Amino acid sequence: MFVTSAFAEETAPSVTGGETHSGTGVPAEAHGTFPPFDPATFPSQLLWLAITFGLFYLFLKKVAMPRIGGIIDVRNDRISQDLDQASKLKGEADAAVAAYEQELAEAKKNANSIGQQANDAAKTEADTARKKIEAALDERLGEAEARISSIKANAMKEVGSIAEDTASAIVEALVGGGKASKADIAAAVKSVAR
Amino acid sequence: MAADKVDPIHQFHIIKLVPINIGGYDLSFTNSALFMVATVIVAAAFLYLTTSSRSLVPGRMQSVSEMAYEFVANMLRDAAGTQGMKFFPLVFSLFMFVLVANLLGLFPYFFTVTSHIIVTFGLAILVIGTVIVYGFMKHGLGFLKLFVPKGVPLVMMVLVVPIEVISFVSRPISLSVRLFANMLAGHITLKVFSGFVVSLSALGAVGVAGSILPLAMAVALTALELLVAFLQAYVFAVLTCMYLNDALHPSH
Repeated sequence: MFVTSAFAEETAPSVTGGETHSGTGVPAEAHGTFPPFDPATFPSQLLWLAITFGLFYLFLKKVAMPRIGGIIDVRNDRISQDLDQASKLKGEADAAVAAYEQELAEAKKNANSIGQQANDAAKTEADTARKKIEAALDERLGEAEARISSIKANAMKEVGSIAEDTASAIVEALVGGGKASKADIAAAVKSVAR
Repeated sequence: MAADKVDPIHQFHIIKLVPINIGGYDLSFTNSALFMVATVIVAAAFLYLTTSSRSLVPGRMQSVSEMAYEFVANMLRDAAGTQGMKFFPLVFSLFMFVLVANLLGLFPYFFTVTSHIIVTFGLAILVIGTVIVYGFMKHGLGFLKLFVPKGVPLVMMVLVVPIEVISFVSRPISLSVRLFANMLAGHITLKVFSGFVVSLSALGAVGVAGSILPLAMAVALTALELLVAFLQAYVFAVLTCMYLNDALHPSH
């Protein structure tokens, strides 16, 4: 820029000097005042600034900014939409987990009650079976006891008569001939048996 | 010739490319006008072409356009609130125009549009004109409350109001001179240091060795000017936002 602008200075005045209509071309102006403060250039610069900046403003307002704003809006919409969807899906997942847990709890409860029922049924069955067997056993016990007592009674009865027979035989053998009366022997046996 | 080489003012000369003269006014198409056109075309084409794919996930260039857009949008919203967004096209155009003009001016051989006070003054007048016209349209004479700060004793008003008026009037001047002077000074400095390189290296081996320092300076200054080009466009846009805020809310 700086080295070669020297060449630009060499060429510029010659080119523009040829083109300018008046004798006071760029060189005269250029060397007269400090260029940024040269009022001769103001109208042209203001005009072209107004034209270029005006067009730029219109272009940005009508074309470029709606487009960039649109892109950003679409992106923000998309992001919020995605977030909404994500939260919705999360809600669904939570609901599914809750439903699953409820079902699990219900199933557990059912299982418990079924188990309880089975347990109860088995218990009652066992009880009735036990009672039946006990009743049967009691019956047989009663029968056996009755038989034992009758046998005992018979035996006792027979023991009495055997004792009487034996006593009379002993008395006969000892005494010889003298027969003891049957009633006396029976009384004696009875008193001993007591 | 040697004097011409280091003439730092040469780069600011206006050269007529297509002479136009209407009603005694010289309205020629000059190198300045050419670079205004170039600025507008470069800026518009960049914004237009980088966003042509309208990608949901932006590429690098589209990101740059979107960043510039949102940067200015946030700037304006922070300064002037959501009401200020009606001026968004104006502020965005100003920012892009000044930024691209400043950046184009950094290219060798290129003319710097914003190094002419009449250009920056034209832009500043556009801003202040918008503020004044919109302020009176929206608030009528209530816009004049801008010059009467709240909670100031009546006696002090005599002093405060003229100060406020002066500060308002000096706004277009400060706005335009800030940008113009920054660009002008930066380019002159660059030119001077680069001129040293040329002059010194013409002196032979010692001169070439001695020219390393100004060359390094020129490189560093170029980087600085790149920053200044952006910074001045930013400052111009921020001040525009603040002045527009005055038009929207004069009694603050």
